[in-house]
Amino acid sequence: MVEIFQLLGPDGDLRDGPSASAIDAELCRALFRDMVLARRFDDEAYYLQRQGELGLWLQSRGQEAAQVGSIRALRDTDWVFPSYRDHAAALCRGIEPAELLAQWRGVSQSGWDPARYRFHIYTLVLAAQLPHAVGYAIGAQHDGADELVMTYFGEGSSSEGEANEAFNWAATMAAPVLFFCQNNQWAISTPTQAQFGAPLHQRAAGFGLSTQVVDGNDVLAVHVATSRAAEAVRCGEGPAFIEALTYRIAGHSTSDDPTRYRSDAELDHWQTLDPLDRLRRLLEARGWADDGFFTHLEAEATALAERVRGACRALAAPEAASMFDHVLAEPGPALAAERAAYVEYAGSFLD
Amino acid sequence: MFTLSEAINRGLRAGLETDPKVMVMGEDVGRLGGVFRVTDGLQKDFGADRVVDTPLAEAGIVGTAIGLAMRGYRPVCEIQFDGFVYPAFNQITSQLAKLRARSRGRVTAPVVIRVPFSGGIGAVEHHSESNEAYFTHTAGLRVVSAATPQDGHWLLRQAIACDDPVIFFEPKCRYWSKGDVTESPDDPLVLPLDAARTVRRGDDVTLLTWGSMVETCLRAATAAQAEGHSLEVVDLRSLSPIDTDTLVASVRRTGRAVVVHEAPTFGGLGGEVAAALGEHCFTSLEAPVMRVGGFNVPYPAAHLEEHYRPDLDRVLDAVDRVLHY
Ligand SMILES: Cc1ncc(C[n+]2csc(CCOP(=O)(O)OP(=O)(O)O)c2C)c(N)n1
Repeated sequence: MVEIFQLLGPDGDLRDGPSASAIDAELCRALFRDMVLARRFDDEAYYLQRQGELGLWLQSRGQEAAQVGSIRALRDTDWVFPSYRDHAAALCRGIEPAELLAQWRGVSQSGWDPARYRFHIYTLVLAAQLPHAVGYAIGAQHDGADELVMTYFGEGSSSEGEANEAFNWAATMAAPVLFFCQNNQWAISTPTQAQFGAPLHQRAAGFGLSTQVVDGNDVLAVHVATSRAAEAVRCGEGPAFIEALTYRIAGHSTSDDPTRYRSDAELDHWQTLDPLDRLRRLLEARGWADDGFFTHLEAEATALAERVRGACRALAAPEAASMFDHVLAEPGPALAAERAAYVEYAGSFLD
Repeated sequence: MFTLSEAINRGLRAGLETDPKVMVMGEDVGRLGGVFRVTDGLQKDFGADRVVDTPLAEAGIVGTAIGLAMRGYRPVCEIQFDGFVYPAFNQITSQLAKLRARSRGRVTAPVVIRVPFSGGIGAVEHHSESNEAYFTHTAGLRVVSAATPQDGHWLLRQAIACDDPVIFFEPKCRYWSKGDVTESPDDPLVLPLDAARTVRRGDDVTLLTWGSMVETCLRAATAAQAEGHSLEVVDLRSLSPIDTDTLVASVRRTGRAVVVHEAPTFGGLGGEVAAALGEHCFTSLEAPVMRVGGFNVPYPAAHLEEHYRPDLDRVLDAVDRVLHY
């Protein structure tokens, strides 16, 4: 049995020791703030979907510690190749609510400029971003840049061939890449025991990746583990792999009904391991945050929620002819003609 | 009356009941019953070793289905959405399609691959593609599309019984629409797997279509009737091979044809249909065969999809053009 790295127990007690040496009040407050804001954002997006303002929403509820703890352990100069549920990480990178919601409102296929945030657009085709991360990392290495690449993916996605090719490739090429798997126990209705026969971390180690397993609902452990892994990758020790054990509290998406395939008891159990509650207990027990902090944070979250609603409703559909934009570097006569014919046809309906 | 999704479900059920070698396999097809509930209840009734929740790997789903088929099983695979069939493309095109010819008939793989396809449900990217032409361009595959519950049921049963691999496209925006399903395989409404169906008779223009666009064309025909034009609507059903005889007979009679599909017209199957009509109906044609389809751009975001997908007006616009050529 591999050891699951944990610093903060579910009851909020911190295991002091050498691994916890970098943990202080300031870091805990900052991580707590990120998680609270991410959850409020996620809740708000969920309500917006229920009101018909978003076409679909994939909730990140329950996975805040895995995302916040890991992305906050990177440098701003590092690159991230996310999957599609990584909203908490996206927000930490400064991506605006409108940018994050555009895709789910159905007004665009992506909302932000990846270069601006060093955070690639979401990839909905499972595991396709993994080899991209590896290639990007190899490029950064060739450039002599002191940058690493982290990629997020779910445990279900690890079954795709491309995931395994990426693991092997990274190890073979000693690419400066950090694979961060959020094992949230479910891939839609498929549980981990139907997904793989050997634990994922074992497989990763078999590929030659330096591997850690971490309690993904313990933001401090995730932060420390990711910092360690990032440090090693930066020192040229080759690619790393982190499996963060967490739980998808909500359905797979707003179209999903998880009661069809999983038990209330399981959900209840994971609710007791909630990452936000846990850190709050520590902050209170150690006196690292006072009432003023929590009140202020609550006000900040309320303001964010309002901003999210406004930003979402203001997202208008682009002009129809914009679908012809950016298909090729230069449209060429054929596509230009198709566009012109469409514009003329659409115009024929206007008086 | 059944919805398309129920009719397919009953087709799968009939397959599982009549042949112990039939299996259903795919992502989330078991306990959940598939994301569209097409396989609802099948695992409960036939067990987890015949209705299999697979790991999340399309190449694996099709690759192992091929192995099972070589061993005498008849797997019916579900690909969750059109845009996720590509990881399996290698297995489908290089293996599944070619096994019979490569082995000179010694090895066969009667695999059915069900693919919910095309748009109209306001989905996010990769969930609305009409990618049938990639498969019709591959010799060795049969490709069909069911537009109605009747065809959803019987085409599927025929596909399962067929000794060739069949790619079975289901227009997902039609899953919830209802229609009758005949009881007996001998009913005249049950056409062979590779036959087109004339779904509406008309004299002036033939609309040739399939999948999600059959309904659109029927509505266009009704609208045209009010203007005094009589449109015939032919549902191809079999996209490879194509029932050229039925198409040609219709167009020779009407003298005008419009092919309507949701996939981009460029390189789409409509081009093949138009070419066949050009070859066989040249002297009967009063106007060039026109095509109405998606544009040569990636499927757009949900708010723009109704501009991308052919609709009644775009079909009627093309009808006007062939009528007034
Ligand atoms: C190649 C591919 N196949 C299937 C799907 C459909 N699909 C979307 S999410 C999902 C489950 C993913 O599970 P996991 O990787 O564990 O991530 P999670 O959703 O749990 O965050 C599936 C099957 C897809 N998006 N891409």
